[in-house]
Amino acid sequence: MIALNEIPTEYGLWHYWVVVSLMMLGLYIVIARDNLIKRIMGLNIFQASVIMFYVAMGKVRGGEAPIWPLNTMEGHYQDRVFSNPVPHVLMLTAIVVGIATTALALALVVRIKESYGTIEEDEIREMDGSVS
Amino acid sequence: MITHFPSLLIVTPLIAAPICLLLRNGTLVRIWSTLAAWACLYFAWGILGQVQGLDGETIRYAMGGWEMPLGIELNIDAANAFVVLIITGIASVVFPFGLGHSGLSGPEGKEHLFYAAFLLCMCGLMGIAVTGDAFNVFVFLEITSLSSYALISMGSSRRALMAAYSYLIMGTIGGTFILVGIGFVYALTGTLNMVDIAERLPSVISSPTTIIAFGFLTLGVGIKLAIFPLYQWLPNAYSFAPSKVTAFLAGTATKVSYYVLLRLFFTIFGIAFIFNKLGVQNILMPLSLIAMFVGSIAAIYQTNAKRLFAYSSIAQIGYMTLGICLLHLDGLKVLNYDGLTGGIVHLFNHAIMKCGLFLIIACVVYRMGTVTIGEMKGFAYRMPWTFAAFVVAGLSIIGVPGTVGFVSKWYLVLGAVAGGHYVVAGLILLSSLLAVVYVWKIIEVGYFQKPTEPIEKIEAPLTMLVPIWLLMFAAIFFGFATELTGGVAETAAKTLLSAGGATFGGGTP
Repeated sequence: MIALNEIPTEYGLWHYWVVVSLMMLGLYIVIARDNLIKRIMGLNIFQASVIMFYVAMGKVRGGEAPIWPLNTMEGHYQDRVFSNPVPHVLMLTAIVVGIATTALALALVVRIKESYGTIEEDEIREMDGSVS
Repeated sequence: MITHFPSLLIVTPLIAAPICLLLRNGTLVRIWSTLAAWACLYFAWGILGQVQGLDGETIRYAMGGWEMPLGIELNIDAANAFVVLIITGIASVVFPFGLGHSGLSGPEGKEHLFYAAFLLCMCGLMGIAVTGDAFNVFVFLEITSLSSYALISMGSSRRALMAAYSYLIMGTIGGTFILVGIGFVYALTGTLNMVDIAERLPSVISSPTTIIAFGFLTLGVGIKLAIFPLYQWLPNAYSFAPSKVTAFLAGTATKVSYYVLLRLFFTIFGIAFIFNKLGVQNILMPLSLIAMFVGSIAAIYQTNAKRLFAYSSIAQIGYMTLGICLLHLDGLKVLNYDGLTGGIVHLFNHAIMKCGLFLIIACVVYRMGTVTIGEMKGFAYRMPWTFAAFVVAGLSIIGVPGTVGFVSKWYLVLGAVAGGHYVVAGLILLSSLLAVVYVWKIIEVGYFQKPTEPIEKIEAPLTMLVPIWLLMFAAIFFGFATELTGGVAETAAKTLLSAGGATFGGGTP
């Protein structure tokens, strides 16, 4: 099992910086934009950062893909280093969840556009009146 | 057969959902999903009996026969069994509501889609409640959330679309926070099984990563639970969703989130970390008290009945989270856990009352065509049975003795007094008085303001009245037979506490 101290140190913790920057970028777009599509894009960036976080976590220094090599016999795989496949597999599920969320959100935006004629949140709020 | 009940709870609604799409016919779909819900209720009942016979042990069910650590485990103890019974119970009442009448379940001709989403939502809730795997919780949470966004967007007004969109944004942020938290926990412990996590966390408990993981998880669950500052999505989602969806979500979705919070606090991180090291109760208690008052006061000023009870839900969630904070501890020794019992029993009680209230509003919408309180004149004379049910549910929300609402408040006050929080006990009673105000608002219009036009009786159809009165009967029955729900909640609290590493001293040290 991988622990935090097994993550390659020669790169420092730069992947965490990437993850955190992307996460905050996405969150900022979600909060600051009024355009409903742009907010969904922000949400996607936000989710992608988490996927990168998991994938980086599962990587072991010098590790290869956890596939049983064809030319080795049983018992000969102990000296090989594999990356931890579990976080990667988890992210397959998370990607599916992300796609489902995006699809549903876009479908909602289509219907919002049909009934309001706009996808700017401030305009929609104006149409609905002050009761929010 | 009975050994497979835990997995059948998830599988039954999951398989029933696509069959709904094939049936297409509205009435047929309603009957089919009702049968599925009743089957689940039977499984839940069987599991509760099984758990009570085990005396504090956990049922461990290896999904697909894959044992730990490879497979995913379903863990069921007293706390899960109680939550599962609440969800299936509410589903069994809401699904057959208005069985012979269309127009209650989403747009005309799309009822099969509505019920498919409904069953998927139930499947997700079941999954969260029974699984013992942290990542599984996230997946099922997203299944629930995605189907509830779709359900909310089926409301009749176009504002339902925006409500669903905002809930989607908030819910996805919450879900992703939970995912990040699980990632940190996995990085720390190398496992996703909650029991294993609980075993391995103490060795890394001083690491700052643990605190960050806890922060992400709590925030994520807090958004789903609508804890005080994170509740903005709830009023809109509840007021614009179809009434049946509101009744179902109010009775189940927040309840399951509360259960996840309990698991997080007690099973995963443990009492020593949550209460003694971080002192979470010092933050959560003021937030719960604010929620109780802000929710109730906001409810008083609403003109839309659905919105009124949505704000009331925020206040009631405050009671539940308050229960956690009222735990009276001395180190790891539990001196008194009446507050926690009160919080857990309030899960059941609030589910019955709120589900009943929203179903009553559904009747009003169906017959009188309005949710605006001012237009409900003559409600009591036009629909006397519905109105009588409303009075029972209203009294229960207030917490009048003889109704379930009283039971939970009694436990909470007991817990507050035992812990020496006399002010909190006073505030619980004071906020009940606020509930009198907002319940009275509707009674005043419905009973004392007679409409000018002649009154004709338009009682709600029997298929709507029977589910409502079943809930109201439960609200009165469990108000008197307190040892039933109170006993199960007490066992659940005790199981959670002992899983959290607590010892029971009893009395003063």
